[in-house]
Amino acid sequence: MMRVYHMTEQSYSPAWKGDQHLRVSLPNNACDPQTAADLFHRYYDEWLLADDLGLDIMINEHHATATCMSSVAVVPLAILARQTKRARLLVLGYPLGNRIDPLRIAEELATVDVISRGRLEMGFVKGVPYELPVSNLNPVQLMDRFWESHDFIIKALSSHGEPFNWEGEFFHYRHVNVWPRAYQDPHPPVWITTASKNNAKQIAARGYVMATMGTGYASKGTYDAYKQQRREMGEVEPGLDRFAYLGLVAVGSNEAEARRRGEFIAEYPRSSSRVHAPFANPPGFLSVDDNVRLLKAGSGRLGRLVTKDGRVISSSKGSVQDLMDAGMMFCGTPDQVYQQIVDFSNAIGGFGHFLAMMQAGFLSHEETVDSMTLFAKEVLPRLQNYHYTPHEAPAVAAE
Amino acid sequence: MEPPTASNPPIQGEAARSLSIAGLKVELIRKGVGRPILFLHPESGIDLTAPVLDLLAENAEVIVPMHPGFGSSEIPSSMSTIDDVAYFYLDFLEALDLRDVIIVGVSLGAWIAAEMAIKSTNRLSHLVLANAVGIKVGDRETRDIADIFALTEQQFSKLAFHDPATGERDLASLSDDALRNIARNREASARFGWNPYMHDPKLRGRLHRIDIPTLFLWGESDQIVKPEYGRTFCSGVPGARFELIEKAGHFPHLEQPDIFAGRVISFINESGQSQLSRRSPILSQELA
Repeated sequence: MMRVYHMTEQSYSPAWKGDQHLRVSLPNNACDPQTAADLFHRYYDEWLLADDLGLDIMINEHHATATCMSSVAVVPLAILARQTKRARLLVLGYPLGNRIDPLRIAEELATVDVISRGRLEMGFVKGVPYELPVSNLNPVQLMDRFWESHDFIIKALSSHGEPFNWEGEFFHYRHVNVWPRAYQDPHPPVWITTASKNNAKQIAARGYVMATMGTGYASKGTYDAYKQQRREMGEVEPGLDRFAYLGLVAVGSNEAEARRRGEFIAEYPRSSSRVHAPFANPPGFLSVDDNVRLLKAGSGRLGRLVTKDGRVISSSKGSVQDLMDAGMMFCGTPDQVYQQIVDFSNAIGGFGHFLAMMQAGFLSHEETVDSMTLFAKEVLPRLQNYHYTPHEAPAVAAE
Repeated sequence: MEPPTASNPPIQGEAARSLSIAGLKVELIRKGVGRPILFLHPESGIDLTAPVLDLLAENAEVIVPMHPGFGSSEIPSSMSTIDDVAYFYLDFLEALDLRDVIIVGVSLGAWIAAEMAIKSTNRLSHLVLANAVGIKVGDRETRDIADIFALTEQQFSKLAFHDPATGERDLASLSDDALRNIARNREASARFGWNPYMHDPKLRGRLHRIDIPTLFLWGESDQIVKPEYGRTFCSGVPGARFELIEKAGHFPHLEQPDIFAGRVISFINESGQSQLSRRSPILSQELA
């Protein structure tokens, strides 16, 4: 069984010109509000179509960037909680270490869960480094804040008795009492993203859904770490529904059409990392050991992916074929895309949630609708019957 | 609470060693003989073979610790502000039973020195604050201190040095230990200085408590914190004096080590404690 979530970053692609930096420093005079409104409406139309087509929905947020206009994830969540009928609504997610008020997060999530009648999937993320110069929250101790915020939110959502007290290292409240209470009991399912084995173990210890985002075959290391942790806790094999993977998707009725769509979508990884270099690695975001490796090797290590046959490619400069070989993009006819997803899933350890960026870069509304419809009609029914069949994967260590 | 204690008191000499103060192990060296100078390094750390340390050691005993989290000094997760570091160094002086100490601090090190002196000058005799950060001077929309975390290495060198070539370094030629120090120093600087950015909003209003002779030295070409910021900082410390150092930027101890050390030594020699009352002017008035 595999569920598939339609995802778009709601980019403001009209501002992607030349090779200018798109994050943190691009003034918003490059944003025309009327164009932004048109784009938002179109992206919501695509999510409503996903609901009609039997797909689920994924939402994210980023800040001060033309790559993603969704700066407050609760806005699309709130709109879609009311406007959609059946789709699961995955937010992946709330950048917990980047938020000063976890009580507000618990209130937002509980409200969305109630309005959607229990369709919320509650994802928490470390977030990308570029957010910290904007939020001005300290990159040092980011994950310490993340986990305290997490602990608080889980308690706030699952407490139904007397208001409780919280005086932690980072957050202080004296009368915590979330109204309305969440629809799902004790709280919506928790998802956390990771690219590291250590985090994978922490996620596994709590039995949460672990998501890896475009990390290709290196994901196998984190999947293995998750399974190892569960085995140590006495579980033979965690279900496929504990694993999620995000990839780019372009489907066409023939290969040429799919490749053309893939080219438009590949503009997303090509533009996504265009940022003034110091913002890509604020102090404390990476470990000291990782920074020593970067100082030795240069920043070229960032955004590096390894293909199935061991080739190193750059996610920001690679061709569509490179991205496909690296398990970052799934592109072709419905038959081809189905086979690519299944092969990849089997290679990294098997996932039950596929997060499909079917709109990204310069892909138009019409082409997105066609790609989504082909996927939903011809690929989705087969993925719903997916069974994990392990097969030989290349030896690529998770970083 | 027990008073802070030092284990393994260091033997004087040039070798780098470590010392545990109240359970926290820090790297330090002591060199020279004479009155104690506590040298508090800037956010970039300090090379323990820097000429300025030897020049100072010709006239004094120079004690150069690596701040908690910098170099190979430990840091507990509870330590997150310069205020914490200042209390640590007050414990440090007590544990080593140092008296009549001259503190020489550069940039972030000068911020630590000022935070110590507003708490207690009991064990201090003089302060030398060079290209200090630590206070808010301008209005809320003016960034007083250049955002070093938003600069490439080349951009930083251009603003920080009179001669930007002084700041050039070949990372490929450095040892793993040296690279590790660079990474740790950068992380520790952010831990203490990310937000509020490189200052303590409370510090300026407390500077009047500093009741020992204080000299501000300022590399004239500094574009990270400009001399005007330094003059304002200086005006908050009773009786303090401000001196520019030519042909130097944010790190005058590196670009003009002879002049820097010479100014420190002559300041110590010219001004005894008698020049300033040990009591703050405000308190004196109240008692009068």
